Amino acid sequence: MLGMLVLIARRLGQSALVLLVMSLLVFVGVFAIGDPLAILVSPDATPEEIARSARELGLQQPLWQQYLLFLQQALQGNLGRSFAHGEPAMALILERLPATLELAISATVIAIVLGIPLGLWAGLRPRSLSGQSIMAGSILGFSLPTFWVGLMLIMLFSVWLGWLPASGRGPVQSVLGLPLSLGSSEGWRHLLLPALNLALFKLALIIRLVRAGCIEALRQDYVRFARAKGLHPRRIIGVHVLKNLLLPLITVIGLEFGSVIAFSIVTETIFAWPGMGKLLIDSINVLDRPVIVAYLCIIVLLFTLINLLVDLLYVLLDPRLRPSTATPQRAGT
Amino acid sequence: MKTHRDLNQPWLKSGALLLPRFHCLSACLFSCLFCCLFACLHAFSLPVLAQDARDAREGRDDARSTLRIGMAADITSVDPHLSNISPNNQIGWHVFEALTHVDDNARLVPGLASSWRAVDPRTWEFKLRANVKFHDGTTLVAKDVLASIERARKLANGQFAGFTRTIIAAEAPDALTVRLRTAAPYATLPHDLNSIFIIPARLMNASSEDFNAGRAMIGSGPWRFERYARGDRVELSRFDGHRDAARDAARDAARPSSWNKLVFRVLSNDPARSAALLAGDVDIIEQVPPADLEKFNKNNNLTLSRKTSWRTIFLQLDHSRERSPHITDRKGGAIANPLRDVRVRSAISKAINRAAIAARVMEGAAVPAAALVSPQIFGHPPAKDLSPETFDADGARKLLAEAGYPEGFNLTLHAPNNRYVNDDQVAQAVAQMLTRIGIITKVEVMPANVYFTRARNGEFSVAMLGWGSFSADLALRSLLMTPSAEKGLGTWNWGGYANPRLDQLIERSLSTTEEAKREALAREAMLLAMRDHAAIALHHQISTWAMKSGLKLQPRTDEYTLAGSLSLQRP
Amino acid sequence: MSARELLRGFQRSHLAMAGLSLLALLLLLALAAGVIAPQNPYDLAQLDITDGRLPPGERLGSGALALLGTDDQGRDMLSAILYGLRISLLIGTGSTLLALAIGLTLGITAAWHGGWIDALIMRVADIQLSFPAILIALVLLAVFGQGSDKILLALVAVQWAYYARTVRATALVERGREYIEAARCLALPGWRILLWHLLPNCLPPLIVVATVQVASAIALEATLSFLGLGLPITEPSLGLLIANGFSYLLSGKYWISLFPGLALLLLIVSLNLVGDRLRDLLDPRLQ
Repeated sequence: MLGMLVLIARRLGQSALVLLVMSLLVFVGVFAIGDPLAILVSPDATPEEIARSARELGLQQPLWQQYLLFLQQALQGNLGRSFAHGEPAMALILERLPATLELAISATVIAIVLGIPLGLWAGLRPRSLSGQSIMAGSILGFSLPTFWVGLMLIMLFSVWLGWLPASGRGPVQSVLGLPLSLGSSEGWRHLLLPALNLALFKLALIIRLVRAGCIEALRQDYVRFARAKGLHPRRIIGVHVLKNLLLPLITVIGLEFGSVIAFSIVTETIFAWPGMGKLLIDSINVLDRPVIVAYLCIIVLLFTLINLLVDLLYVLLDPRLRPSTATPQRAGT
Repeated sequence: MKTHRDLNQPWLKSGALLLPRFHCLSACLFSCLFCCLFACLHAFSLPVLAQDARDAREGRDDARSTLRIGMAADITSVDPHLSNISPNNQIGWHVFEALTHVDDNARLVPGLASSWRAVDPRTWEFKLRANVKFHDGTTLVAKDVLASIERARKLANGQFAGFTRTIIAAEAPDALTVRLRTAAPYATLPHDLNSIFIIPARLMNASSEDFNAGRAMIGSGPWRFERYARGDRVELSRFDGHRDAARDAARDAARPSSWNKLVFRVLSNDPARSAALLAGDVDIIEQVPPADLEKFNKNNNLTLSRKTSWRTIFLQLDHSRERSPHITDRKGGAIANPLRDVRVRSAISKAINRAAIAARVMEGAAVPAAALVSPQIFGHPPAKDLSPETFDADGARKLLAEAGYPEGFNLTLHAPNNRYVNDDQVAQAVAQMLTRIGIITKVEVMPANVYFTRARNGEFSVAMLGWGSFSADLALRSLLMTPSAEKGLGTWNWGGYANPRLDQLIERSLSTTEEAKREALAREAMLLAMRDHAAIALHHQISTWAMKSGLKLQPRTDEYTLAGSLSLQRP
Repeated sequence: MSARELLRGFQRSHLAMAGLSLLALLLLLALAAGVIAPQNPYDLAQLDITDGRLPPGERLGSGALALLGTDDQGRDMLSAILYGLRISLLIGTGSTLLALAIGLTLGITAAWHGGWIDALIMRVADIQLSFPAILIALVLLAVFGQGSDKILLALVAVQWAYYARTVRATALVERGREYIEAARCLALPGWRILLWHLLPNCLPPLIVVATVQVASAIALEATLSFLGLGLPITEPSLGLLIANGFSYLLSGKYWISLFPGLALLLLIVSLNLVGDRLRDLLDPRLQ
């Protein structure tokens, strides 16, 4: 238990460091991209007006001073005001976060719910027509670029068949204080296409992973032994095969959740989904640095959390990786 | 388990064994894929079904009382004095009003001010309409105007301060009169005030958050603010206290010509916007992607509306430098800047087949340009004096040779790739045409943010730019006047073009308060600049809207989609 | 395992052979693009916008046959696809190999050493993964300008961390296995255990990930192009061709996007079939 706490504490410490480095990178990065003033100030502005705007935005100081000021304010929970929206950047992101999470979680759930059974099926019957079809389908899943599939989905289901709306998010209701659109059938209808679009790639990945793991597990001695012992196939799959699969699967799902959120930028753009990915693209286009930094802070925090979770699950699931071995004694000194 | 196959499977026994499995599988898969794809590709002949189904579901009455507009760019804030970008302004034009308005052709018409005049060369006087109601029930008076100007001037990071820059004193002699004094004679103040939305004086210190949350969204416009969901939509409801509402009601009491509710949806992705219209999610979209024009035109369920926009696309040239960074001789060696020679500039202009660009690249959504403002704009020279350059590749080659470049030279053309309609494709087409006459042209495109930063730093030799302006003299002041940072002149004159005669003409034009005289001066200035090929005009964009049939739009040259310009059409 | 054994292994599976021959064909086409393409799509002087958007089978103004139609610039699609294939392959495999090399080294190092080295590498990987690929690409584009080398760099930068994490995860498991213990008991030198025992056992999952990654690198490049951050527009890859045709899909001019899409599909399908088989053959536990 103490090892667990040490693990958590260390992870949090590390993520603080990550945040520091990351925010520095964004500062330098956005500085390298271009001058926000070139876009934000009206084209006919006089030098005094430009200087005034620069002062108001804190852009007249040297970069290192801007960064120090940012750090100082960030420690007080203030990530600055958006240049373009004139509102606190963090509030902007948090306002959009539920929409993105809703989309990303739905996509992940779709990928898992469809991916594990399909992968198992293909793994248990690797030579069968169905198994091969599943594999071929999964190849298609990551062969087609997300944006192309997105457009195909819109054309098929919205324009041609008229079953589902082409874009946007359904009516929003407050669920446990979070504005979610899952409460109504209209919300679900809006969510389905973008979530499916976002899920396809992960679905293909999970299918492949589960299949590969399954085939491998079936060859392991303990499974052969269990078979020889006459254990029921359902038990073999349920206990031995699945358990063997869990570790890589959790890593990948955990890792991929971050990229689901990042890739939702594309899906959100195509389906006009009002999430934070779309906000990020819009902010990049006007070099709205506070929003970009706030977005990345949120992403880093999310990621740290996910990684922590993955690590903890690792430890729970694989006794060989209890903290004492996962983090060798050397590290403490 | 892997090496010995399960030969008991029936499909293997039935002779399929002879066929490699991949073939069966891939045949199945690919035929499915192809079916899907081609079904999709032909889907557009059948959008009727989707639309009808949707209408039935939503109930036609509801569809009639709510108008849903698909917008092409994101609304960053509804604060009327914060960002001067068209999506924000479009919302502003529904909720607020300004002293002066502009009509479909961007010519000034009375707004909240019923009349205005120059009392003396340095003083403008505006008479306000009587009995104009704000949404909160208060009545518009002169001090609201003064407060609005003040807020626009002071708002942190506000982009409208420039429009109040010339005003050195403002006063209200009575409740319905506003007097504004400028330091020097300034003819375009009524134009400038078209950009300042009027709010009640009590909201002068309201923050952007107050506006975005709706607390401060009180204007005098025909629509009342309801809700702003960032990145998604703005919802408005009809304000019955507006003078237009009363007029509409009197005109036709039986049939409401106006909607009760207005929804602006942000659909910045082109295909998604088209799809939303076809799927019936919105009633009208702006900026129809050129690629979809042909198909939409043939669709009986849709009506198209088009209008020459005020946005002109042109090439800025490097005039000021001895050596230009992206120009070399054919072998890659440094040469003196050929763009300083008017014959080379003229050759470039002649080499460009504007008609082909308008017809092919822009799919007809553009007209060849002769000047840096559209033909309907104040100060565009009449057609007899100035018409678009005719395409003449041989003439261009001859001019190049005369200028001392029989071999031509190498050039890199820079353009944004997400700012103007088909910007990157236009750039490629221009490069093709220049390459034909011996100016071997490479194209480098980049996102607008990167592009404008670098352009402002003067990093390019030939750069694409688009501009929309109320008048020729205003456009020239920004684009071609000798740059002077202190006076805010030539702020977008990246090429550093400097022509004292032109400067003088523009200055005189901008300080002449008499309309006819001013227009003559503005025309002369534009003519001078174009004959010197100071910049190469390419085309004026044609803005296109697509809507459900049954809607009728009075299109505007300033590209705004206003509910007031839309009406229901009965067969 | 020798090359001959590998080939024999491939011959045992029709599916893999089909993939291998398809891949070989595509590679050949890509290499020979300059010779067999009817037009050089990169030479602007050869293009004419009046040839723009011709449907498949029409003739260009010059009289040449546009077998697969033309795009908006009057580029012959067949030529563009052949040249695009070359660029996409180069960028996809190049970036994956580079990223693989970097990721493998760092992942194994992290798992083997543990402690602060492990923490450092994994934290750097975290930073890497917390940046959306699009942002990295935009920064690189702004700093260095456009070009295939910059895209390559961006793709390596967004990929290596995946390999590092996957390798570390497997290596951690493998490290605890009996055969490593045995090797340690024999007092074999650390580098030998690493190279001869740990590394081969880390490969199978890596190959699965790498096959997916070549495909996704190509798709990611297409996505970056879609968002306007990709390759120079006058030298399109398959991804950029699809992105360019994207806006024409709805208008019925399917060939601008469909044919590059299919070429991409074939490329990735063949890559994956070959990758699958390789994994089966290389996995030491399957021998």
